[in-house]
Amino acid sequence: MDAGLLAQYVMNGLMLGMMYALVAVGFTLFFGVLDVIKFSHGDVLTVGAFAALATYVGLHMLGLNSNWLALVVMLVAATLAMAFLGMAIARYLVLPLRSAPALNTLLITLMLGTVLRESVRLFYPQGANPKPFPALLPRASIDLGEFNLRLDNVLMLTAGVLVIVGLQYLLNRTKLGLAIRAVAQDEETARTMGINFTAIVLVTFALGSGLAAFAGVMNGLYYNEINFGIGLYLGVVGFSAAIIGGLGSIYGAILGGFLFAALQTIGTVMLPFASAYKDVFAFAVVIAIMAWRPTGLIREKISERV
Amino acid sequence: MSTTPKLAALIAALVLGVAAGAADAKDKVKVGFIGPLTGGVSVNGLGGRNSADLAVRLRNADPKSKYEYEMVVLDDECKPNVAVQVATKMAADKDIIAGATHYCSVTAIATVDTYHKFNFPVIVWGAVLPDITYRNKYDEVHRVNGTMINQNDANAELISKLGYKTIAVIHDTTDYGKGHNEYFSKALAKIGKANIVGTFGVTADQQDFTAELTKIKALNPDVIYFGGLTPIGVRIRSQMDKLGLKAAFDGTSGIVSDAYIQGLGPLAEGTLAFREGAPAEKLPGGKFFMEKYNAQKYDNPPEAYGPFAYAAMDMILDTIEKVGPDRKKVIADLANVKDRDSIVGKITFDDHGQNTVPVITKYVVQDGKFVEWDDSEYASGKRKLPGQK
Repeated sequence: MDAGLLAQYVMNGLMLGMMYALVAVGFTLFFGVLDVIKFSHGDVLTVGAFAALATYVGLHMLGLNSNWLALVVMLVAATLAMAFLGMAIARYLVLPLRSAPALNTLLITLMLGTVLRESVRLFYPQGANPKPFPALLPRASIDLGEFNLRLDNVLMLTAGVLVIVGLQYLLNRTKLGLAIRAVAQDEETARTMGINFTAIVLVTFALGSGLAAFAGVMNGLYYNEINFGIGLYLGVVGFSAAIIGGLGSIYGAILGGFLFAALQTIGTVMLPFASAYKDVFAFAVVIAIMAWRPTGLIREKISERV
Repeated sequence: MSTTPKLAALIAALVLGVAAGAADAKDKVKVGFIGPLTGGVSVNGLGGRNSADLAVRLRNADPKSKYEYEMVVLDDECKPNVAVQVATKMAADKDIIAGATHYCSVTAIATVDTYHKFNFPVIVWGAVLPDITYRNKYDEVHRVNGTMINQNDANAELISKLGYKTIAVIHDTTDYGKGHNEYFSKALAKIGKANIVGTFGVTADQQDFTAELTKIKALNPDVIYFGGLTPIGVRIRSQMDKLGLKAAFDGTSGIVSDAYIQGLGPLAEGTLAFREGAPAEKLPGGKFFMEKYNAQKYDNPPEAYGPFAYAAMDMILDTIEKVGPDRKKVIADLANVKDRDSIVGKITFDDHGQNTVPVITKYVVQDGKFVEWDDSEYASGKRKLPGQK
């Protein structure tokens, strides 16, 4: 295979993997602190992307023409809005069901996901149609043979890496991170040490949902198109990625995200049958990995999550 | 017999009551409409629903009509499993006499057996898969719009005429997309001037096409043919640009909708598409239809297949007026539709209930509108499609 072509596939895979990883990290965070699976996570991403788009439309009407400023405002608005949404979900849906079976949380968030998705479709103007998302990043690109290296892709990847590194720093180097890890390890003990359990849970949900908003904006900038259904698929893939990486482990989620993207790319490029089967291939491999290592590729250290 | 007078009085009262009722209001008759009202192609479904609704409203406003019509609307979500459920629900309701059904080919083909089983006469208003009318010979199933065979013949002809040599095909793996792939490939091979260099089946709700498109980029085709619906059409066209793919984009009737242009903005420029029948404004009853439609102030435009939905519903109402609200009689009457005037032109059903529409309209997107190819600046040579000789 041509080297340029290979580079193009790698770039496509990296972009996909970054989005999957950001979603997977959210799943892993929620599971870490509360042992719950929040299935509305993908749809929070959709709402985040649409919130960013609405902000853009608003800014445009106010006559703001600077792309960079618009992007920053959009990111901040979408991230904050989703952080609040995430907190509200935790406060009013997830925490009240703490003592109920985990299945209830799973079901209630699954339904909430449908509510969010359908609300976007019904209440966003013409929400059933695919919406063009503005290309706010510089569109410069270099043609290297078959490889079209685009500056916006590089910027998005860099931003994604920075966000993940930032999250790592927050979890491992700050007092807040210490509190989150403490709650993840042992709720009772954390409480006796004076950690405000509810506050930590809310912060974690805000963090994960903010990440989803970031991934949603990235999705919009990458494809220049969003629709009300993007979150459903990204949610399923992100969840699978978190599982194969090892639910509860941040590194596992990132690894899982990139692995899944790689599998899909390989499924399209290397396998002889129609590319429509790439998901069949990717999920089949996920099943195989699950059978081989039921707790994921990166196993939890004893009862330590996050 | 002391009861006889009472009984007679009762019967008299009943007869009088019915007669008085008939004088006050017309009998109510129910008709049905099914289309995708939610999901990615819902704009087309809503446009169709409004158009069918328009036919019913105009009829109810007509003092000469014998019945008062009520339209029962159900949503097939463009999903075969849902479609079979709603089709069964509608067909099993004996009060509903006939229906204008389905925009999506996958749902129309999934439900023909249901309609046949319940002897429920339907007129398909938007789905283009040939098998819907031609796989079986069901007296219940009719279709006012044409099939994808005709549009793919026209498509292959134009592509060959423009001097394109190599074509990559992307199609969704539903019956609809596979049908497009099949008939386009056949039509192209028959002309024999251009070759298909690669065929890619994709899922109908796929988000990322970069891997397929990168593979296509290596094949370097003149044209990318796309057999599928608007949502993924928008994604593919937009991701082509991301990867620096300069090929011409050649679509089917599935992308002829305002949503395609809204979703892409300037990137839609130069996209080719084909559809059966003339555009609304050039239809015999197009002006009448658009005036009446706009007067109702619906939220959505009628979209490409609205006039067909109107024509289908209008034909159902005509037939019920003529033979009465009886499914068997409606089916018998629909078997003899010949040169029937409608807003989409004359309608003639062949022995499979298929309207033999000869007209195919070729479109190209120019300045944010689907313009007829022959009227476009691309045909006159003022603008050029990518790679056009």
